[in-house]
Amino acid sequence: MPEAAVFQGLSWNPLTDLQQLFTYPFMVNALEAGTIVAVMAGVTGWFMVLRRQTFAGHTLSVIAFPGAAAASLAGLPLAVGYFGFCGLGALALAGIAGSRRSLSAESAAIGSLQALALALGFLFVGLYHGVLNGLDSLLFGTFLGITTEQVVVLLAVAAAAVALVAIAARPLFFASVDPDVARAGGVPVSALGFGFLLVLGLSVAETSQITGALLVFALLVTPAATAHQLTARPALGIALSVALALAVTWLGLALAYFSIYPVGFYVTSLAFGLYVLVRLGRALGRRRRATARLALEAA
Amino acid sequence: MSAVATSLTPAADAPKGAAVTFERAAVRLGGRTIWSDVSLTVAEADFVAVLGPNGAGKSTLIKAILGLLPLAAGTASVLGRPPSDAKGRIGYLPQRHGFDTGTRIRGVDLVQLGLDGARWGIPLPGGPGRKRDAARVAEVIELVGATAYAHRPIGKLSGGEQQRLLIAQALVRRPKLLLLDEPLDSLDLPNQAAVAALVRRICEEERVAVLLVAHDINPIIGYLDRVLYLAGGGAIEGPPEQVITSETLSRLYGAPIEVLHASDGRLVVVGQPEAPFVHGDRHA
Repeated sequence: MPEAAVFQGLSWNPLTDLQQLFTYPFMVNALEAGTIVAVMAGVTGWFMVLRRQTFAGHTLSVIAFPGAAAASLAGLPLAVGYFGFCGLGALALAGIAGSRRSLSAESAAIGSLQALALALGFLFVGLYHGVLNGLDSLLFGTFLGITTEQVVVLLAVAAAAVALVAIAARPLFFASVDPDVARAGGVPVSALGFGFLLVLGLSVAETSQITGALLVFALLVTPAATAHQLTARPALGIALSVALALAVTWLGLALAYFSIYPVGFYVTSLAFGLYVLVRLGRALGRRRRATARLALEAA
Repeated sequence: MSAVATSLTPAADAPKGAAVTFERAAVRLGGRTIWSDVSLTVAEADFVAVLGPNGAGKSTLIKAILGLLPLAAGTASVLGRPPSDAKGRIGYLPQRHGFDTGTRIRGVDLVQLGLDGARWGIPLPGGPGRKRDAARVAEVIELVGATAYAHRPIGKLSGGEQQRLLIAQALVRRPKLLLLDEPLDSLDLPNQAAVAALVRRICEEERVAVLLVAHDINPIIGYLDRVLYLAGGGAIEGPPEQVITSETLSRLYGAPIEVLHASDGRLVVVGQPEAPFVHGDRHA
């Protein structure tokens, strides 16, 4: 049948639908890119949530927006803008964290940086004279038109970042949980904090290319926060965080393929839904245990 | 006072096996001398309390022993070497305000970090080193009596339970010196006594020298070998019954100080520049 290579919509036959997902090279690229990004976001997100640096992570994602807008203005590949701006942003955040101000002064400084980034983004979009019809996808993500070269770059950066985190995993965990004792034990706490922000910047730059700058959190925070809710074991938590990020990415991409709504919406909603379910489940479990205890005491 | 000596030369006459030796040491912070002319010897398996009013430099002394602060004068030797070489060979429990209830880390992972938290690379699961590490972690948790709750998130534990696990973390690498900065600070009285008794037992069983910074001597006085009393920019070291006296403390403060013996055996220090630490409902 000549129609075999044509988009058919959802057939409700799981096997046919799955086959259809892998028919087009653009979709294969999107699935590969999504997989790479989900693994990286799952790993770095777990540490970011542990270190309570979600605000810094959010700021980096806002910084990704002017990065991408500047790159399209200059006629450069978007990835250059994402990596360049997020790298610089990470340096700025490390500078703010390194100046040892109080926590409130630090979050105020990070917030100011965030506002500046958003303003710059709008400036660049304005300078583009409105022809930048990709504004939606810069902010909210797209899975169309990911090239094989892009996938290779994503893979190289993600592999390097995940390898770095793996090598530093235990000292980074120690420095995140118990910085004073870690420092006394010879762990380079400040250097690790600086290095982690750079890796976080890379992660945000990668994730932005799939989810858009505003929805980076769907992959970076929500699966990690859900994993932290589910287990206090570090190795299991990281594995869960990656598994959840992969699940919402794959499912989100598949749903976006078969429908008219954007991928960022699906990935975000799925991740959020999972998080709410886990929170509710834990709250119910606590209540049931409390009731059981009361019943036991009454008996 | 000789200002030429540096902290990098170990005290020449350090007794063999001494955990800590300070010889006429001084520390300056931001141009201000915190204390000077401090001499101190902590022998192997000694339990020494560091006492004194707020701002006397108790935590500063701990940091100097850890090699995190250089001496401005005098000499220091920690475990037979300069303090800056002692990193990783000392068990250290910093002053802190507990983990908040949302902290999702198990006690056993925290203790494990004391063992391998400074190691780079990924541990091979199931290797012989892993098993040995896990056995050591379980052993030290048993030693502090925390086995029952070591697998629960630390934020959900009481202050006393958290403190036991943190002591286990400090002990897990079998250090010969343990520095505990106000470990009794946020505990209720029964827990203060229990942790003090635990520290005494560890001292004897594991042959560890302990320096414990405390605000109040009463809960620990029965377990101590010696005290170091910091005040007025100087220090006096000796057995508690010789140091905590009106005469000695008046000399140290350069002001009249009175040590009262309450009928229940408590010591009350009166007349310090800061408010005296009298606790109304103390049990003997």
